[in-house]
Amino acid sequence: MLLLAGCTSGGGSSADGRITLRFQSLAWQEESVEANKELVREWNARHPDVKVEYVQGSWDSIHDQLLTSFEGGEAPDIIHDASDDLADFAYGGYLADLTDLLPERLKSDIPERSWETATFGDGIYGVPFLQEPRVLIANAKWLKESGVRIPTPEHPWSWEEFRKITEQLSGDGKYGVAWPLKEPVSATLNLSLSAGGQLFHRGADGKVTVRFEEADETVPRTIHDQANTDHSASPTTLGSGGSDTLPGFFGGKYAMVPLGFSYRQQIVQQAPKGFQWQVLPAPAGADGLTQGVSPQTLSVAEDSPHKKEAAEFIDFLLQPQNMVRLALGDWMLPTGTEALKAPALRTVKDGWATGTALATHLTSAPAQSVRGYPEWKDKVATPAFQEYYSGAIGLGELRKRLEDDGNLVLARYQR
Amino acid sequence: MRTSTTGRVGQYVALLAYLVFLAFPFLWLISTAFKSPRELGRLHPSWIPDDPTLDNFRQAFDEQPLLRAAGNSLLAALGAALIAVLIATPLAYVMARHRTRLAKAATGWVVVSQAFPLVLVIIPLFLVLKNLGLINSLAGLVMVYVVWALPFALWMLVGYVRAVPAELEEAAAVDGAGRVRTLVSVTAPLLAPGIVATGLFAFITAWNEFFFALVLLKTPEKQTLPVVLTHFIGAEGVADLGPLAAAAFLATLPSLVVFAIIQRRITGGMLTGAVKS
Repeated sequence: MLLLAGCTSGGGSSADGRITLRFQSLAWQEESVEANKELVREWNARHPDVKVEYVQGSWDSIHDQLLTSFEGGEAPDIIHDASDDLADFAYGGYLADLTDLLPERLKSDIPERSWETATFGDGIYGVPFLQEPRVLIANAKWLKESGVRIPTPEHPWSWEEFRKITEQLSGDGKYGVAWPLKEPVSATLNLSLSAGGQLFHRGADGKVTVRFEEADETVPRTIHDQANTDHSASPTTLGSGGSDTLPGFFGGKYAMVPLGFSYRQQIVQQAPKGFQWQVLPAPAGADGLTQGVSPQTLSVAEDSPHKKEAAEFIDFLLQPQNMVRLALGDWMLPTGTEALKAPALRTVKDGWATGTALATHLTSAPAQSVRGYPEWKDKVATPAFQEYYSGAIGLGELRKRLEDDGNLVLARYQR
Repeated sequence: MRTSTTGRVGQYVALLAYLVFLAFPFLWLISTAFKSPRELGRLHPSWIPDDPTLDNFRQAFDEQPLLRAAGNSLLAALGAALIAVLIATPLAYVMARHRTRLAKAATGWVVVSQAFPLVLVIIPLFLVLKNLGLINSLAGLVMVYVVWALPFALWMLVGYVRAVPAELEEAAAVDGAGRVRTLVSVTAPLLAPGIVATGLFAFITAWNEFFFALVLLKTPEKQTLPVVLTHFIGAEGVADLGPLAAAAFLATLPSLVVFAIIQRRITGGMLTGAVKS
């Protein structure tokens, strides 16, 4: 009864017919917040009958906050989130299917591989608009002086070559690479796509099982051997977040740090004066530079009484020139093909050109639509990968845990 | 019993170590708040910033409505503390002085209620408040904080009331004081430190509370300080460290000031009744 009574919309209409939409944004960096607010102001100036109210959310607590708002029927009309957080909300009926609400312009502007990240079942539950590949941020001077071949998106390093080069760069307490693997699962799985790793296999009956095959071994084995055999990867950063590796990187302890593309903003802010750095593509495998990503998304709440207007606002926000502004504000790549042509995103400065060249290789992160994935990740895969990378267990034990323990978890969600 | 010099030195060393342990995060926060982004990225950080800057504070105030959020937090925390104390004091008195089965059951329930995790109550609470029209209002938030703080406040105050000898009240009655006069002139002054300590507990709990505020307040104008602080944190835990430290440092100041002003009274209150004469 209470639940039924609670099912009202987040936004509303006033007596004079004016509509108010609540847009909860997760933009948090100064430039990004400003870009979002500016776009909202522009929309409000052009659409006096449909007012958009900017509400600031937080990445830190978005899932719990949305879940409670959905249950109480008080969710914002337009929701900023990431595609890997949408599955439960989409399957739970909290998000509107945007298939018939979005204009053809937007649908054709964003490539199919990006739409797949926000497609659950037969519906589209979010518009993927910003994404970031994992790249190698490198100490340019160190690499140049060592004489190693500098990779480009056209001629990237193979995983084998990357291992050899990091070994060559290491010694005297210095490391060729510092892997920040506080969240080892998404990093490993996303990069494993380059070697053809799938890990999750959907059978004819629609059920998903975990199979850790040869192609899945390439990336984890490289990291493991760098840390434990070659000693070319710092063992202390394996449990760290990306930001934690930067002081060591600036201090000349690590030659390279694999990080998300948006970390460049922190590097620009924090790098010592005169520090030369560059963006390199992550190593390539049998499937080239393919990488999994979970783009940021814009969704519409199923309870919103103004879905059409909300979709129109999303269309406005994601016009090519606006998408570029959002991408620059967040130091990320837009998903839109038109936006990606912008000269501002193709400049060599701050590594934009390298990132933009990788855009065509970005695809849906493995398993983000697999039910039970969060539990598999937290209870099985994270400790298993952490132990493997630290050298506590071998590849056989890693496989056993991911498959045997993992499939037991997934089976519970697929009965 | 006299403590040997070695024992005394050991005690002071242990105390110093404990103080350093307690103070370290706060001192680090202060140090971070005054450092430039470049200094924050250094491999070997220093305690004292090389080139202290107020830019983090400026940026924090420019980016987020910290003053407004602090005002909201203050209103919610003061409201919660006052109401919790007003409700808990008479209840605690009754529970301490009249040891009936009901009082015992109530004390048991108070202890049990502390075991409920937040996530268990948040959705039903959200729906109840929504039906009362109290979502997105500080009044609703204060109500939740009062309910949340009440069990522990009650538990604390029962202890304080028990520490006030009933004989004093009986003596006042013998001297001709009525019930109300006895409570106002004899019991209340002795309970004051306990009431202040309890109010302080409720204030700090509400001042620091994050999850209820996050879920119950929808518009930016109503958000409290802990919620606004999270706006300095991005995806995957990446944080705008300087402004976050600056804002967090300012957010801890009210608690510190309140503690500094009344800590003598709290200590006095805690010692009341500790020794039987």
